[in-house]
Amino acid sequence: MLAFIIRRLLQALLVMAVMSGLVFVGLYVVGDPVSMMASPEATELERDAIRANFGLDKPLLEQYAIFMSRAVRLDFGKSFLTGQSAMGLILERMPATLELAIVSMLLAGLVGVPLGVWAGLKPEALSTRGIMTGSVLGFSLPNFWVALMLIMVFAVYLGWLPASGRAPAVALGPFETSLLSWEGWRRILLPACTIALAKGALIIRVTRAATREALPMDYIKFARAKGLSWSRILRVHLLKNILIPIVTVFGLEFGQVVAFAVVTETIFAWPGMGKLLLDSIITLDRPVVVAYLILIVFFLVMLNLVTDILYSVLDPRVRLQTAKA
Amino acid sequence: MPHTTKGRPLLRHGLLTIAALAACAATGASARDLIVALKTEPTSMDPQYHALTPNIQLSQTLFEGLVCSDADLSIKPCLAESWSVDGKVWTFKLRPNAKFSDGSPVTAQDVVFTLDRAGKVPNSPSSFKVYMQKVEKVEAVDPRTVRITTSELYPLLAINMVGLPIMSAKAAAGPAPEGKTTTELNSGDGLVGAGPYKFVSWKRGSEIVFERNPHYWGPAPAWDKVTYRPISNAATRVAALLAGDVDLIEDPPTDDLERLRKDPKLSVETKASNRVIYVALDQNGETTPGIQGTNGKNPLLDKRVREALSLAIDRDAVVARIMGGVATPAGQLLPYPMFGASKQLSTAPKANPDKARALLKEAGYPDGFTLVLGAPNGRYINDSKVAQTLASMWTRVGVKTTIDSNAPAVFFKNRDAYSYSAYLAGWGTATGEMSNTLNSLLVTPNKEKGLGTTNRSRYSNPEMDKLVAESATQMDNAARAATLARASEVAMADFAMLPVHFEHSVWAMKKDVSFKGRADQQTMVQYATQAK
Repeated sequence: MLAFIIRRLLQALLVMAVMSGLVFVGLYVVGDPVSMMASPEATELERDAIRANFGLDKPLLEQYAIFMSRAVRLDFGKSFLTGQSAMGLILERMPATLELAIVSMLLAGLVGVPLGVWAGLKPEALSTRGIMTGSVLGFSLPNFWVALMLIMVFAVYLGWLPASGRAPAVALGPFETSLLSWEGWRRILLPACTIALAKGALIIRVTRAATREALPMDYIKFARAKGLSWSRILRVHLLKNILIPIVTVFGLEFGQVVAFAVVTETIFAWPGMGKLLLDSIITLDRPVVVAYLILIVFFLVMLNLVTDILYSVLDPRVRLQTAKA
Repeated sequence: MPHTTKGRPLLRHGLLTIAALAACAATGASARDLIVALKTEPTSMDPQYHALTPNIQLSQTLFEGLVCSDADLSIKPCLAESWSVDGKVWTFKLRPNAKFSDGSPVTAQDVVFTLDRAGKVPNSPSSFKVYMQKVEKVEAVDPRTVRITTSELYPLLAINMVGLPIMSAKAAAGPAPEGKTTTELNSGDGLVGAGPYKFVSWKRGSEIVFERNPHYWGPAPAWDKVTYRPISNAATRVAALLAGDVDLIEDPPTDDLERLRKDPKLSVETKASNRVIYVALDQNGETTPGIQGTNGKNPLLDKRVREALSLAIDRDAVVARIMGGVATPAGQLLPYPMFGASKQLSTAPKANPDKARALLKEAGYPDGFTLVLGAPNGRYINDSKVAQTLASMWTRVGVKTTIDSNAPAVFFKNRDAYSYSAYLAGWGTATGEMSNTLNSLLVTPNKEKGLGTTNRSRYSNPEMDKLVAESATQMDNAARAATLARASEVAMADFAMLPVHFEHSVWAMKKDVSFKGRADQQTMVQYATQAK
């Protein structure tokens, strides 16, 4: 188990190093940060001064070496644009994104799993056809369109919910949340629904497939032959066995939402990390982009690790030693 | 739905109460708060960290300069009630009743501190040093008198003081060379100004809160509390206004204006801005990267070709069809009557495709040539659509044009590497004064003197250079304006670059808010009031 975790961590380090190199080169090719930051009136001499100040006048390789030598000490540099610590800016925004991701995935799971099981149990029913059509719409409708429609209907026409933004957050230990107030829930509902619609659709399909696969199995037949009640068969025999694919999808999708809720966050002006990433890419604020991607790679690797460990908990036959990635 | 007779008086009573409350609210001084949706969040609260519109519009609300610029960018006294100039020596008299938000008076010492700090802020991505050019010495003569000495005759000093709002020397003092650091100021520590509003809080990405400064010297500000919310997506800003979440939004998309104007609960304000959209034409030498079909020659060196390209543009059509009417066709680089703009050029040239064709033929290009027009996508209002339209207008007269439109970062990189023969871009003259425009865009580039910094067409005309240089030391405003107007006429007669239109800035707001807009496109809440 320990060896497995260590191996995974080493892999993560390698991926982070490669990725930071790619981002460095990528943003270098895109453009010159100074032309995005400096006032248009700044003279050439002033521009040179800014360039020298941020170390942008050095060869790219040297810039990368300087970055790496600091990064191993967990110093990811300062944002060009705001002068604040790049990692600090990201961590400041993290609670908002995590909050949104957790609420949307819970919503997706609470709706998606029961509907999926139902669709698996009654493949021919009319309700199932409705659910499946809905799920196709759910993951094929573009995210930004759904977001705008929800805003138009619930915020503009009906006026039930606010159109954008997050309620003031309350500190809760190291974390902070806006969900302790009614206003917080009102504000998170639309963005969370936007994400949950796509993710829930996926979970419905995965759950349905798993259910249909499990139903003809001998252990279900045997349980029925023993005369167990349907609800017990569902809870103990069926659900427990279909959990593995659901947990996998859940884990991967949760990671996706945390890392790349960019569109949803931008449209709802949700003050999360995704919006910060987008703004930083546009302004070529390289330290923030690199720090963000490093953090996300680390996070995704950890998430996969947790998912793998959960496997072994859910299914004792799975041994981590054999699961060499 | 049936009403009981019993219910009616109650209902009427309730309505009366509400009406009475509303009347109270409308007449009371503490009527309501203002929520503004910003297009871009500032990068810092430090008024001397980043010389960029999103920062400046907020710092000019918390702080005030010796001098301010009004909505049309002419200067007016602010913390200084008067000033005089004698050659290189400027004397500013501070207002006796000017106070910081902590109640302490604004003194000459604060001015000395502020001007000294401007060049010291570390890591500034765009330094405020630019406003301290040619300032040699700043002295406090007495608590109410400041004397500034420049290294040579420098008529722009007063305008530059607009960019340097005065900080409190006491509140912003600190161990670092610059006093309170940018990080400290971002948290509100030392952020004490003499502007109409004072700082309450900033939660990055989510909201910035200001409240009324009770010690403000001028007329009492209209709002108890102002909340800014950064909403970068234009459609979301519009939705937030329609849903009633916010009171005032910046820059709604052109396509939504019709609908916003029709909404009885909203109003739309447009204001001609100081930003010109222009086409720059490479006039460096015989090789130019984006032109083919001329046997290796650069046709843009020929004035007749430049004139033909200008005549081919139907500026009225661009404004009407692409810009939705919220722009003004441009005949020069700064709209008349701003300082130094030429009256003769106050109307834009009319399109004349026939004459354009004739001129091309005369210049030796009867069959035209092919041209690539570079443009940013998303930097200026409808920028790549405008470029597309210009391309089709030029193609109509024989110059077969394709556009190369890129994300702003990529566009600027290409432009700075001179990889466009022609490109569309914009210039906002922050000072509202022609010498800034010409010095940046058309004066012969000179790195040491900091001239022609954005002159990527490498136009060079000694006559115009001389006029602009002459204006730099003319202390008499009328004479200086006349010299600059002549310089503008020289450049435009040369078709040095082709102005297309002046953008209008647009704001949309609830009916009970009144904001007339500013020519520098800044959303300053001290200019927003409750509509009567």
